[in-house]
Amino acid sequence: MAASPILEINNVHASYGNIKALKGISLKVMEGEIVSIIGANGAGKSTALMCICGIVPVSEGDVRYQGASILQTAAEKLPIMGLCQVPEGRRIFPRLSVKENLILGAFYRRDNDEIDNDIERVFSYFPVLKERFDQHGGTLSGGEQQMLAIGRALMSRPKLLLLDEPSLGLAPMIVQRIFEIIEEVNKKDGVTVLLVEQNANLALQSSVRGYVLETGSVTMEDDAELLLNNQEIRKAYLGE
Amino acid sequence: MIQEFRKIWKPCVIGLLWFLVLLWPMTGINSDGTLEFAKPFEIWLVVVAAAIVVMLLYSANKGGTLDGLYAPLIKLQKVISQKTAVLPNFVLIAVAVGFALLYPVIFTSRPSHDLAINVLIYISLGLGLNIVIGLAGMLDLGYIAFYGVGAYCYALLNIHFGMSFWVSLPFAAVFAAIAGCIIGYPTLRMRGDYLAIVTLAFGEIVRLILNNWMSLTNGPNGILGIARPGIFYPAFDGGLAIEHIYIRKLYMLYYVALLIAFITMICVYRLNYSRIGRAWEAIREDETAAELMGVNTFLLKLLAYAMGAVFAGLAGAFFASRMKFVSPESFTFLESAMVLCMVVLGGMASIPGIILGSAALVVMQEWFREFETYRMLVFGGCMVLMMLFRPAGLIPAKRMGRRSEEED
Ligand SMILES: Nc1ncnc2c1ncn2[C@@H]1O[C@H](COP(=O)(O)OP(=O)(O)OP(=O)(O)O)[C@@H](O)[C@H]1O
Ligand SMILES: [Mg+2]
Repeated sequence: MAASPILEINNVHASYGNIKALKGISLKVMEGEIVSIIGANGAGKSTALMCICGIVPVSEGDVRYQGASILQTAAEKLPIMGLCQVPEGRRIFPRLSVKENLILGAFYRRDNDEIDNDIERVFSYFPVLKERFDQHGGTLSGGEQQMLAIGRALMSRPKLLLLDEPSLGLAPMIVQRIFEIIEEVNKKDGVTVLLVEQNANLALQSSVRGYVLETGSVTMEDDAELLLNNQEIRKAYLGE
Repeated sequence: MIQEFRKIWKPCVIGLLWFLVLLWPMTGINSDGTLEFAKPFEIWLVVVAAAIVVMLLYSANKGGTLDGLYAPLIKLQKVISQKTAVLPNFVLIAVAVGFALLYPVIFTSRPSHDLAINVLIYISLGLGLNIVIGLAGMLDLGYIAFYGVGAYCYALLNIHFGMSFWVSLPFAAVFAAIAGCIIGYPTLRMRGDYLAIVTLAFGEIVRLILNNWMSLTNGPNGILGIARPGIFYPAFDGGLAIEHIYIRKLYMLYYVALLIAFITMICVYRLNYSRIGRAWEAIREDETAAELMGVNTFLLKLLAYAMGAVFAGLAGAFFASRMKFVSPESFTFLESAMVLCMVVLGGMASIPGIILGSAALVVMQEWFREFETYRMLVFGGCMVLMMLFRPAGLIPAKRMGRRSEEED
């Protein structure tokens, strides 16, 4: 199915002041895939996603989306092009209602009828949000907030969804459910997913391919299955 | 009742002692440098007596001793709230608008008109500042600068080019908006404390420019002889003619102020519930997340400054025409702080709250004139009390909801 790369990162460097967070990483995501990036804390995973979205400046290298460089594209233009991120720690809008959060996900869109339809669609993925649609985002539980964050990103009708640690701080049951939905969104709506995860086991099980990031460099890339069976990976990231 | 009293007496005693420590430097030092001990102590004893009464009443109320007294009142309140709940919102608005329109008929004295005009000016300022602080979440301590720009804009246009109030009004708005962009632009990357300090400095810079650019603004002496707004009215002396006069009567000025306040309210209301308003709120909540959702944070923050400044500019032009005189003294930091207080005490992002907050603070300042030297002390005390009892403002915005620190 992998036709052409929807996202291509070539030798990207990024730093915060003196701290070099990314030392030339390259990765590729094909259309329709789920790809995961795993790595220890501070490896630079979130930084990589923020570089793709134009929040953290890239000092060297190139980020190509659908064949064209997006380094010069303003961050706020990316959702229009179908590139949306669910940032680490959810970062929903706490004092706006669930519904307003979702509407903001579709900020660039002007087709109000379609937006209403999409809200219903998000509610069908996450029925609990429907019960709470009038409640402030900040008063939701951690798991519900994660659902809202994913739902908000889906409202922009992404072609490529970047997910930063969707399992952060959630009970195993809910993590399971969220991964099911990620797979569902990928299969049914054809959304390509780039997933950053600490939960390497689950992430690799849902993915086609995986990258291992260590202190700002890609140290391994392979089919997810092979990574799952790799002894080193099992020791380092699966706690065996 | 005894039990309830046991629970509260300790914090109250500590509070009263703390108050004494605070009170003495404020009232015990005379202007000639001599110290006084009896007077602050007297004041303190009065406060202690009042506090004891309040404590007793409070514990009696909590303990249920006063329930018999209250019962009919609570019943009445219930009946009233039930009755008013049926009334749709527009009836309340209609009553408020009706009152605003009839105000000069109901209250005929000059001071009451002056007071109302002041309230209306501050409502425009408060609602404008609310765009920057309440919606976009940027703390602006130099807001009054835009009020000054509006006032001087009309003053100069009128004095040098003879332009009338109504023609100058859009110019005042545009110039204030440009000033907003100029001040906003370099501060867009800052957040929180830094932003507050930089806007404070900008406010002062504008005041200093007004103070020192003698050839343009006539410096601290100000500009005199600014024309009042003119109105056209039909005259019937032998056929129909339209005559133009300058407003002299105070109640006419009241209507001009009301018009400006109405325009502000309608615009702010529309903005509040628009796409732009929602984007501002998203920026307030989480700027990076807003950017990831496709909100152009740069442009929208600049727009927030500009829109906020527009309403200050309109209010400023009116202020100049009403006083017929402007000087830099009217645009000090204290004014910025006062408008900020109105927004915070009234309820951030809440339009009715800010209207009430502005009215309350202007009226309070007026009432407390009787306290003379202690005016500001009493005023500050009232603000502290308001914040204690209504931390989210007099009428909190529905969308903002309760703040987390309020939940116990
Ligand atoms: N705003 C910042 N300022 C300075 N340094 C930063 C900043 N953000 C991240 N860093 C540094 O960059 C490095 C990579 O951080 P990053 O957040 O990308 O790690 P991560 O792989 O996402 O880790 P985690 O799994 O804990 O989320 C870390 O060493 C971190 O300290
Ligand atoms: Mg991270």
